[in-house]
Amino acid sequence: MSPGAIPLRPIDSAAAAVRPAIRIRDLTKTFGGLTAVDRVSLDIAPGEFFMIVGPSGCGKTTLLRILAGLETATSGSIEIDVPAGSSRPDNSMVFQGDSIFPWMTVWQNASYGLRMRKVPAAQIKDVVGYYLDRTGLGRFANYYPHQLSGGMRQRVAIARAFANDPHILLMDEPFSALDAQNKLLLQEELLHIWEEHKKTVVFITHSVDEAVLLGDRVMVMTAQPGRLKQFVPIALERPRDIMELQGAPEYGELVHRIWSSLRDEVQRARELEEKIGDKP
Amino acid sequence: MTAETVAPARREPSELSLRDRDRILSIASPIGLLLVWEIAARSGLVDVRFFPAPSSILAFLWDLLLSGDLWMHTWASLQRLFWGILFGGIPALVLGITMGLSRTLRAIIDPLIAATYPIPKSSILPLVLLIFGLGESSKIFMVAIGVFFPLVINATTGVREINKIYLDVGRNYKADRWNTFWTIALPGALPVIMTGFKLGVGIGLILIAIAEMNGAKSGLGFLIWSAWETFAVEQMYAGLFMFALIGFIFTVLLNELERIIIPWKTT
Repeated sequence: MSPGAIPLRPIDSAAAAVRPAIRIRDLTKTFGGLTAVDRVSLDIAPGEFFMIVGPSGCGKTTLLRILAGLETATSGSIEIDVPAGSSRPDNSMVFQGDSIFPWMTVWQNASYGLRMRKVPAAQIKDVVGYYLDRTGLGRFANYYPHQLSGGMRQRVAIARAFANDPHILLMDEPFSALDAQNKLLLQEELLHIWEEHKKTVVFITHSVDEAVLLGDRVMVMTAQPGRLKQFVPIALERPRDIMELQGAPEYGELVHRIWSSLRDEVQRARELEEKIGDKP
Repeated sequence: MTAETVAPARREPSELSLRDRDRILSIASPIGLLLVWEIAARSGLVDVRFFPAPSSILAFLWDLLLSGDLWMHTWASLQRLFWGILFGGIPALVLGITMGLSRTLRAIIDPLIAATYPIPKSSILPLVLLIFGLGESSKIFMVAIGVFFPLVINATTGVREINKIYLDVGRNYKADRWNTFWTIALPGALPVIMTGFKLGVGIGLILIAIAEMNGAKSGLGFLIWSAWETFAVEQMYAGLFMFALIGFIFTVLLNELERIIIPWKTT
């Protein structure tokens, strides 16, 4: 297949009719006098790979932290659709930067969520074993994080989140600290694992490329205060081949479209920062 | 870019031999000192009433060992140290970590620690004797006090300095209070706690010596103090030597303990 021949996936207009996995209404978060997130409303469909891009300081991390239950909203609501009686957690987060415990082995880290939920040992063994194999960490189960590279450590964090089997996965710029090659490999691995279970993912990135490569839909946020600026559907066929995709014209168009929307905001964020810097 | 000729880096003249040399020197220097001391004592250059020859101290140590007294006094001190470390260490650990996690508790306890910490621990010995009497408990209490303060302070600091992201992970992955303590707070603070513990044991050693010099019937501190009273200088040195030995062994053991309980420490 030539790079230009990637067929577009029809945008499913019926998707809106399905009960959303995440329903956010008028979500606002202020810190003192500063508004980080301003009246954001959106629905995320079950199994959707949802990307959020925005200039730094636009409140995208705050939004994710509210979803993760690590911050409380000032006003507005968030509903995560969890079937009644489900023992699975509603979300698990892959944090930005090093977040795996240095005092635990790879195995202990990857099994952390399951152990905290008191899942039977036999089941932990199966699930964790599976995800460590999927992330290529099977041989390193008894290693400590300091014995691993940065890319491997982030793979442990991903295995930890997937093994916990949440209804939605939250990812906060999980690859931003990695070099370009490792980033590419991890993006591919993430897509492969995701293809198997099609979990709902909310993924924050500052990279437009990453947003297009991974996502079903991209939300562009404005500079502070963080508002919803625009949704861009990414109707590229799955499963995706990252290398192939990067040569496709549709890919370039989407990157261009998102970047033109984002560009003004990044510019504005910079002006805001300079203004703060000017203050005596 | 300017072209430069770079001379190939010259290797240090055999690094291993330098290390060997250091090792030899570090063994030779104390032996040398003892030798100088011995000669000075025998030739009358130093007053043997204050600085008896090392050989005579060694002979005295040997006699003390054979009579069983050396062991009796050492054992008495070791037991007090053990219980003191235990009774001072465990509350300090629990309180310190809990303070690290709880802002409220910190607000309540911090001023109390700040107010009592600067008091020289040795100065409360009379009060401790008054309360606990001359028995074992007063000595154990003194050691416990010595261990308690550095450990409680370091445990609090250790927990507070844990990268906040780990506590976020704990919350996101639904760790309850119990598990937050055992899987995040304690191991995360352990390196700093260990430093505090080493410090505390050192202070405990100082305090056991002082406590045993007052109203004790046994222990190395008593051995040294009674040597002063009877002007038995060799006996005094024997006590000092044993304290030095205990201090050295504790240091080795604590370093080993650190290596075992903190396997993730990079060095």
